[in-house]
Amino acid sequence: MLKKVETSPLLSVRNLRIEFPTRRGTLVAVDDISFDIAPGEILGVVGESGAGKSLTGAAIIGLLEPPGRIAQGEITLEGQRIDNLPYEEIRRIRGRRIGAIFQDPLTSLNPLYSVSRQLVETIQTHLPLNDKEARARALELLDEVGIPGAGERIDHYPHQFSGGMRQRVVIALALCAEPRLIIADEPTTALDVSIQAQIITLLKRLCHDHGTAVMLVTHDMGVIAEAADRVAVMYSGRIAEIGPVQEVVRAAKHPYTHGLMGSIPHIGHHVDQLTQIEGSMPRLQEIPPGCPFNPRCEEATDRCRVERPNLQSVNATEVACHLFDKAGA
Amino acid sequence: MFAFIIRRLLQSVLVMLTVALIAFGLFRFVGDPINNLVGQDTTLQDREKLRETLGLNDSFIVQFGRYVINTAKGDFGYSYMHRRPVKDMLVERMPATLELSIISVLMALFIGVPMGVYTGLHRNGLLAKIFMSMSLIGISLPTFLIGIMLILLFGVMLRWLPTFGRGEVVALGTWTTGLLTVSGLKALIMPSITLALFQMTLIMRLVRSEMLEVLRTDYIKFARARGLSNRAVNFGHALKNTLVPVITITGLQLGSVIAFAIITESVFQWPGMGKMFIEAVADVDIPVMAAYLCLIALFFVVINLVVDLLYYAVDPRLRIDQGAGGGHG
Repeated sequence: MLKKVETSPLLSVRNLRIEFPTRRGTLVAVDDISFDIAPGEILGVVGESGAGKSLTGAAIIGLLEPPGRIAQGEITLEGQRIDNLPYEEIRRIRGRRIGAIFQDPLTSLNPLYSVSRQLVETIQTHLPLNDKEARARALELLDEVGIPGAGERIDHYPHQFSGGMRQRVVIALALCAEPRLIIADEPTTALDVSIQAQIITLLKRLCHDHGTAVMLVTHDMGVIAEAADRVAVMYSGRIAEIGPVQEVVRAAKHPYTHGLMGSIPHIGHHVDQLTQIEGSMPRLQEIPPGCPFNPRCEEATDRCRVERPNLQSVNATEVACHLFDKAGA
Repeated sequence: MFAFIIRRLLQSVLVMLTVALIAFGLFRFVGDPINNLVGQDTTLQDREKLRETLGLNDSFIVQFGRYVINTAKGDFGYSYMHRRPVKDMLVERMPATLELSIISVLMALFIGVPMGVYTGLHRNGLLAKIFMSMSLIGISLPTFLIGIMLILLFGVMLRWLPTFGRGEVVALGTWTTGLLTVSGLKALIMPSITLALFQMTLIMRLVRSEMLEVLRTDYIKFARARGLSNRAVNFGHALKNTLVPVITITGLQLGSVIAFAIITESVFQWPGMGKMFIEAVADVDIPVMAAYLCLIALFFVVINLVVDLLYYAVDPRLRIDQGAGGGHG
């Protein structure tokens, strides 16, 4: 079977810069990042907390919280620019064309409304269905996300579901209007490890069945390796490395990605000590000049401390690191 | 649920008995009732005879039991001052107080809640700041001062509104209402504003702080991420989650408004129960005072019961759990 070759990306982010104006100057949380997501593709976005992963997701659906703002760049969805739309228009895109899944299923659902009401409300916001049709669709969705006895449980309230079940409901809510893209912000972080795998499998299957693309934000390399087609590694608001997941996992190029991989324990490989990256990611107001990773990088040179590396192609991936500069480039 | 109601009812009965004991105590410890009933030239024999016929020589328990039974039947005895059944006086005065109180609380709710929602949503807006500053006046100025200032402005200087009394009233059976005549409605305006102002600002500030709290929650962000309209998010999901504290405070305030209408009624010469109570205190008219005490306690108890039941209506988590959990997965 030949994979259909898509020429135009579903989502395209170009030179995105997100700033937080504060009294003590402007903080740059996301600095000049660009990436594409192809239709049906799962792009993993990985990085430590504060790397700007979630902010990027929020910016795409127009839910950056003030004072955070997009200072520069373009976001286009299916060829339409969406980062500068008026509120009502971006609202219509949310849920309809871009769905969202949040981290904590225990707090994502309104405790005072039944599951059916939240589903029907979302469905009717986007699709021209009457109450009966919307309810039938809600039931179908619950069935699809694997809620046993959906017919009985549809009128239950969120507190009557377990965490894993609630995350399934959240996924059903994200799928209400068949969006082309889902932004899943740490969808498994708050769940038990055994449930995490189930949710990831479910998400993968649903997106495959519906042809939905996913931007999977997480700090868990394991989740990425399991689910993603491509992965973007973020550090201090920049993309350090982006490429096909096998390539990045097996042959990490950026020293930071290397460190990330070395910190994952592998069953079967005996190691005396897991490697760790010394130090911690700089705070937003203390990002050093040059490569933001240079103070923690064992291979940093003087050039790394002054000149910011740009993304460049190395084999199948793109890396922002001076180590890979070609001679004369 | 049923057991809960029974338990609350029993508690209510206990509260009422305690209040009855205090009310009954008034008769025994605040002066000698015989002195209040008879003139100075009554002989000792006559006093003794009267004491015997009134049952004042019986044991404490018997007297208290008799008092409780009579009170429960609505028989509060005779007013020393007016020489007529206290019950008749209450029936005559109650409509004035209840109309004033209920109109005030409705006014406070229907103005306070939308103002609270508005100030919560537009925290930094100019209008919201004006509301907040004005609410400080409502919170800090004493009721009687507001009343007197309103009388000065609209009653004395502009001569738009009557300065005292209830205007013309229409009798509907035993209930006299001022709501059906123009002069009755005009007379109601200033006292109800006076009484409502504090409650209104209280409710507004409460709704505002609750809204600020709720708007930060994940389920509100998730509701927005699903593309629900602002109206549905703000007035549906958010406002409903602020209701429990608002119901509590409004319930308690309705009780206080009825009880403390005394001041407003005095300022506006409003012929209600509060004014009757003040007169009774001046005249040491103990049966009236005792009856007022019991009646106000009854209002509080009933309102609290209704508030507790409203919690159940609003918050499904308090209702009997129909098989929670459902296991993981």
